[in-house]
Amino acid sequence: MSILRKLMVMAALSAAMFVNAAYADNVKIALVVKSLGNGFFDAANKGAEEAAKELGDVDIIYTGPTKATAEAQIEVVNSLIAQKVDAIAISANDADALVPALKKAMDRGITVISWDSGVAPEGRQLHLNPSDTGLIGETIIKLAADYLPEGGEVAILSASSTATNQNAWIDAAKKVLPEKFPKIKLVATVYGDDDSAKSTDEAKGLLKSYPNLKAIIAPTTVGVVAAAQVVTDEGLIGKVNVTGLALPSEFKKFIDNGASQAVALWNPIDLGYSAVYLAHDLAVKKEEAKPGATLSIGRVGKVTLDDTNSAAMAPPFQFDKTNIEKFSKIY
Amino acid sequence: MKAFLRYREVWLLAAIVVLIGLISTRFPGFSDPANLRQVFNDTSILMILALGQMVVILTRSIDLSMASNLCFTGMVVAMLNAAHPAIPIPLLIVAALLVGLALGAINGLLVWRLNIPSIVVTLGTLTIYRGATFVISGGAWVNADQMSPAFIGLQRAALLGIPVLSWIAVLVIALFFLLMTRTALGRSIYAIGVNPTASVYAGIDVGRTKFIVFCLSGMIGGLCGYLWISRYVIASVEVANGYELNIIAACVIGGISIAGGIGSVGGAVLGALFLGIISNALPVINISPFWQMAISGSAIILAVVLNARGERRQGRIILRKAEAA
Repeated sequence: MSILRKLMVMAALSAAMFVNAAYADNVKIALVVKSLGNGFFDAANKGAEEAAKELGDVDIIYTGPTKATAEAQIEVVNSLIAQKVDAIAISANDADALVPALKKAMDRGITVISWDSGVAPEGRQLHLNPSDTGLIGETIIKLAADYLPEGGEVAILSASSTATNQNAWIDAAKKVLPEKFPKIKLVATVYGDDDSAKSTDEAKGLLKSYPNLKAIIAPTTVGVVAAAQVVTDEGLIGKVNVTGLALPSEFKKFIDNGASQAVALWNPIDLGYSAVYLAHDLAVKKEEAKPGATLSIGRVGKVTLDDTNSAAMAPPFQFDKTNIEKFSKIY
Repeated sequence: MKAFLRYREVWLLAAIVVLIGLISTRFPGFSDPANLRQVFNDTSILMILALGQMVVILTRSIDLSMASNLCFTGMVVAMLNAAHPAIPIPLLIVAALLVGLALGAINGLLVWRLNIPSIVVTLGTLTIYRGATFVISGGAWVNADQMSPAFIGLQRAALLGIPVLSWIAVLVIALFFLLMTRTALGRSIYAIGVNPTASVYAGIDVGRTKFIVFCLSGMIGGLCGYLWISRYVIASVEVANGYELNIIAACVIGGISIAGGIGSVGGAVLGALFLGIISNALPVINISPFWQMAISGSAIILAVVLNARGERRQGRIILRKAEAA
C-alpha cells in the first residue's frame, strides 16, 4: 500500500512538473490591436485562439489600448517587452510612431510582425495585408460602380487622415478610377476619425455639399454604419447608396433596409488566425522573413513575401442581400 | 445685474449669427430654417449635457465622468433592449435616468462625505465607468439590428414637424430654467459658487447641495446615454470617448465661469449651439481635415478670451452688490 501510495504521489508530482514545464515552454504570442472593444478585432482574436489550439504550444495574449492612438499602443508594446513575450503581432495605429518601440522589442529577440494596419519595414519582420491594397482600392469603387450603370458622383468617408491602410486603399482607388471606371466621379474625401459622431457630421456634410451624390464609400467599419444611418434618417434610401468595408453583423440592418446594396470585407477571423501562424513560423520554426519567401498560414493557405516583406492574405469578400443573413451570425 | 447677464447672452447670440452668416457665404444653404432646425437637433445631446455640467460647474466643482456615464448607461439600455425588446421605451428611459443617477450619486457621495475634490473623484470615475462598460459588455458591441425599431425610432419621430430629440432638449432646457430661476435649490447652487463660506452662514448645506448637483449631472448623463446610442445606433466601449471635454468647452464658451457662481441656462445652450454649428459647418465648407481641429480649437480660445473680458466686468458688479448688502 505505502509503496503504491508513494508511486502515486511521485506520478502526480512528475505529472504536475511536466504540466508546469509544458506551460513554461509555451510560446507567448501577443495579438496587439488598434483598440479593445472593437468587433473586428474581437473576431480576429477568435481566429488567433483557433490557430493557437491547432498549433498546440501557443498562448495568445489579446491586448491593446482602450483608445486608438499610437501613444497608448507604445505603452502596450513596452509592457509586453517587460513581460518577455515571444512574439508581437500588431495592427498599428501609426506606421512610423511605433517603430522605435518595436525595434526595441526585436533587439530583445522578440519576433515582431504587423497585420491589418502596417508598420514601416524597419519596425517589423513582415507585414500581413488582409488583402492586396490595389485589389481593395478597386473593390471599394466597384461596389459603388456596380449599382451605378450611368455613372455619377461618389465620395469617400475615411477613418483618420493618418490611417496607413485607409490612405493606401484610397490612393489605389484613385488610380483605377480613370481607366476602369471612367463614369464614376470621386468628388470628395472626408475623414470621420472612426468616431460615430464625427463620421455622422461628415456624412451629413457630404450630402449637403453634393446634392447629386450617388454613393458614399466608407472603407471603415465605424464610418460605414454612421453614413448608412444618416442616409436612412434623411430619407435618401434608393438615392444614395452607402458602401465600403463593413462587418456583416454590424451592417446587416442597412443591407436589409436598402441603404446599402453591398459591402465587402475580408474575414477578420482568418486574419487573426493567419497572423498567429506567421508569428509562429518566425518565432518557433525559425523561418526567415525575406523577399520571395513562402510561409504557411495553416488552413488559409500560403503567402509569399514581396520586396518590402509584405504579403496579402485573400481578396475581399462581398456581402449583399443574398448572404448577409448567414455571415452576420459569424462575425 | 440682470441687464448685464442678458448682455452677455445677446452678445453670444450675435456671435452665432455672425458665424452662420460667414458660413453662408461659403455654403448658401446653411442659413435655411430647415438646416438650422437640423443643426439644433444635431446639437440637442450636447446642449442637454452642457446643462448637466453647468449646475456642477456653478458650485465650483466639475464632472469629468459624464461621457463615461453616458457610455455605461447607453450600453446598459442597449443590452437591455437587445435582450428584452418587449420592454417599453419609456421604461428604458426611466432605467437610463436611474442608472445615471446611481453613477452620479457615487460621485456626489465621494465629494460630499469624503470631501475629495470633484476633479479627482470624477477623474477616477471617468476611467471606472468606462472600464465597467467593458466589463458588462465583454468588449462586444450592440449593433443596429439588435436594437428594436422603437428604441431607434423614438427620437426620430416627428412631433409638429420637429424630431422628438429636439423636443426633449427643449423640455430639459425649460426644466433647468425653472430650476435655476424659480427654486431654492437653484439659488443655493449660485450662492455656493459665489461664496461657499457665506452660504454656510446662510443655512445652505454645501455638501448636500453638491451631492444633489452630481445626482443631476448623473441623471443627465444617463438620459443622454440612451439618446446617444439610439442616435448613432451602435453601443461600444468607445462611445463618446473624450466627449467630456466638448461638454466643458460648451459651458465655458457659454460664459459659465470655471471658478463657479457665474453662468446661466441660456449661456450653456448657446455655448453648445456654437460648438454644434462649428462641427456641422466645417465638413460642408470644404476645409482640409488637417485644418479642422485647429479651427475649432481657435474658436474655443477666442470665445473664452472674449468671455473672460465680459466676466471681469461681471465680477465687479457682484462685488459692488455684495458690499452694498
